[in-house]
Amino acid sequence: MSAPFYKFGLFGDNVSLIIAFVIGIGFGFFLERAGFGTARKLAAQFYLTDLTVFKVMFTAIVTAMVGLFYLSRIGFVDLSLVYLTPTYFLPQVVGGLILGAGFVIGGYCPGTSAVAAATGRIDGMVYLGGIIAGIFVFGEAFPLVSNFYTSTSMGRVTLPEFFHLSYGLVVFLLILMAIGGFAGATWVEKTMAAKKGGGKE
Amino acid sequence: MNAIIKSLGVNEATVPPAREPQPYWNPYLAGLGLGLVLLAAYVIMGRGLGASGAFSTLIAFGADAVAPAHTRVNEFYTEYLGDRTKNPLMDWLVFEMIGVFVGGFFSGTLAGRIKFTTEKGPHISVRGRLLYAFLGGGLMGIGAKLARGCTSGQALTGGAVLNLGSWAFMMMVFGGGYAMAYFMRRQWQ
Repeated sequence: MSAPFYKFGLFGDNVSLIIAFVIGIGFGFFLERAGFGTARKLAAQFYLTDLTVFKVMFTAIVTAMVGLFYLSRIGFVDLSLVYLTPTYFLPQVVGGLILGAGFVIGGYCPGTSAVAAATGRIDGMVYLGGIIAGIFVFGEAFPLVSNFYTSTSMGRVTLPEFFHLSYGLVVFLLILMAIGGFAGATWVEKTMAAKKGGGKE
Repeated sequence: MNAIIKSLGVNEATVPPAREPQPYWNPYLAGLGLGLVLLAAYVIMGRGLGASGAFSTLIAFGADAVAPAHTRVNEFYTEYLGDRTKNPLMDWLVFEMIGVFVGGFFSGTLAGRIKFTTEKGPHISVRGRLLYAFLGGGLMGIGAKLARGCTSGQALTGGAVLNLGSWAFMMMVFGGGYAMAYFMRRQWQ
């Protein structure tokens, strides 16, 4: 075991901030490359005309998932030292619904709106203002919602643990699901393009 | 390339917005890049990516500067302010998000995609679009805090480590988006 490097004390907090900056550059770069700096491309996911959001997101998840699986299997990464957001089932389900609605209404999510704003998109900048307002409202209302916020606590729990399946099997099933999803997404895009008389975009 | 586009600037209003200086990357290639960045974050730091958390820190910091007595008793703010022994802005996600702005700008510049414009469908005014952008951003902020993360910090990051709550969250994001899409069709189509 020698990773995560930070957890093994290979560097301190100040260096970690430089790493954060560099990783952020990579994050922003690939989001922009994918076309996620434009709300029209992101929103098209919800009208089935362009499923790039799904394809990029699941390719990224599968890449990191498979990488972590093998790196932990060969004993390089200690997964018990990797941070896992604890599950609070109901607030996360309700939060996801609200966030999904906000996605299609506003056209971005927080990371993509930052990229949009950085490339000059005014709607991206306004969206960022909206996020700040929303978080402020949540912060002010926190005493009222804190009971719900901490309800249905399930702790640190993964899919393999919850369904009593092996780590490798869940990884394998998710890869299959992603490949099936990619094929399905491409088919849906073609069907939608044909429906519109080949007028894609 | 940019010069040519600028010389056509007179026609900008009449040219359909689909005009793209450079094509976007293949989604699988961009996804692979994004996945490797996420993997690097895990291997180097033991944590994934994030976005909304950086804004929460900013707001907690701002609120604390204006009304410290008020933020001291609010658990939401105190979580982001830490133990007050160091500057809350010296935070991993804050620096990561500064990087996102830089990386996005860098990529956009290379591809000739930097442009002051409002992204919208053909059937909505700029004003209407910006109103929806603010409203959507507001809902996003509330939803992300309730869910303890957004598409970056929950769906992407938690998805890769098979976090149960993250997968439930991700399904609901798509569910909420598709449920709302019909009512928003005038904005996009």
